[in-house]
Amino acid sequence: MAKVPVQFTLNGAEKAEFIESGTTLLNALRDKIGDTSPKGGCHQGTCGACSVIIDGELRLSCLTLAETCNGADIKTTAGLAEGGVLHPLQRAFLDAFATQCGFCTPGMIMAAKVLLDRTPNPSREDVVEALSGNICRCTGYEPIIQAVLVAARANSQNAA
Amino acid sequence: MAIRRGRGVAAINYPTGMNLGGDPTQALVHSTPTGNFMVTLSSVDLGQGMKQIMAQICAETIGVPTDRVVVDTADTDTGPHCMGTFASRGTHRAGNAVIQAAKEARQVMLEVAAEELEVNASDLETDGQGNIQVKGAPQKSISIFDVALSAHFKRGRSISGRGMFLIPRSYPEKETGAMKPSTCYAHACTVAEVEVDDETGEVTVLTVKNVFEIGRALNPKMVEQQLVGGSWMGISHALYETTEPYYPNRDHGGTDFNQYLMPGPGDLAQTEIIVLERPSADGPFGAKGPGEMCANPQIPAVANAVFDAVGVRIDTLPITPERILRALKAQTTG
Repeated sequence: MAKVPVQFTLNGAEKAEFIESGTTLLNALRDKIGDTSPKGGCHQGTCGACSVIIDGELRLSCLTLAETCNGADIKTTAGLAEGGVLHPLQRAFLDAFATQCGFCTPGMIMAAKVLLDRTPNPSREDVVEALSGNICRCTGYEPIIQAVLVAARANSQNAA
Repeated sequence: MAIRRGRGVAAINYPTGMNLGGDPTQALVHSTPTGNFMVTLSSVDLGQGMKQIMAQICAETIGVPTDRVVVDTADTDTGPHCMGTFASRGTHRAGNAVIQAAKEARQVMLEVAAEELEVNASDLETDGQGNIQVKGAPQKSISIFDVALSAHFKRGRSISGRGMFLIPRSYPEKETGAMKPSTCYAHACTVAEVEVDDETGEVTVLTVKNVFEIGRALNPKMVEQQLVGGSWMGISHALYETTEPYYPNRDHGGTDFNQYLMPGPGDLAQTEIIVLERPSADGPFGAKGPGEMCANPQIPAVANAVFDAVGVRIDTLPITPERILRALKAQTTG
């Protein structure tokens, strides 16, 4: 099959690749571009480990065709830290021991980032709702919920 | 028809490892030329933090900061033998092996330092910051960096050690059948509060209060993390998880992990964890195995709470709405 060109912005940098038509964004990011922060958990849209942010919306990269992302602004967990300084969400996940095996963590952080971008002071129910599309099998979720709430408080203190 | 509330309690004893066929783990420790220490294991870190714990155990034994230790795990082709990461055995079995290996490496390190300082090795101590000094005369000291360089380039010594921990196989006594299939018991007790809808059979776990006695908590935050996740998983075992809902009939069995139910972030019980530390006699620095044991007491506690709420005794897991409704029906018609 003929390869198709795809061009988008990934974490602020222009990316251009030729891909097999039908390649998922997840595989394009991991195998072609080398950003392995989105994880392939179920490859059918139920686990949330592959979550990325496309034009400000939380998306499952395993169900998104890369060729539909031309011109898009894509963000992944790999792009969150600035100059070696961790994003408040990453810091909070570490401090709250919200990661064990780590496989769900990038997807959790993406889901939490979209929540905090829109709702800077979320309630616990808001956080639970925002994380409900992401599966974790280690932590029991509570440390993750706490981490997101801590990051939200850190953000609002910085803004004040 | 009503929402009925119930409370259940359960306590467990839980072994660390199992030695029905002998239960060994081996470890190797060696220094790099710059005085970092490498721990080589076949044991696997599944995310529970084994690498961190082994680094702490090695560092404490040798007398160096934890960040001077690198742990390499999980290559069973090349690493020293380990039975595996299961049965809450990693910290206990591998930890004991690492202590033995690290002690041997420490002895060589002190011997090399003794030659450099022209003193007796038995007069030396580590300062925990990366230096070796004469007891009572800390101004006479040498860095472990320099000791390692000396061992590698000048004295031709390998600062290394071998570790082996084995719980031998236990055979049953001929007369009584009594045997000792496991060692080093941890303990836990859980009180669970539930609401049961006697119309739908649905169970909501409101609170779980857990007390865990796990020997010495070698890394208290990581122990807490394990126990919180484990408590959640215990509720999952009690109410959700199965691959064979109508065993031996395969109907309605899940075919992949998407159909294998576990509670999500919206299904969490309010969870309390209390840790009691009674150091074990045979564990590394008094540790027992907090891993698998922590997901057990919630199961009978939830079953007892369901009984307290609606008066039916469910003895098959998971405790599904269907099983509760069938039991309630049998109760009223029986």
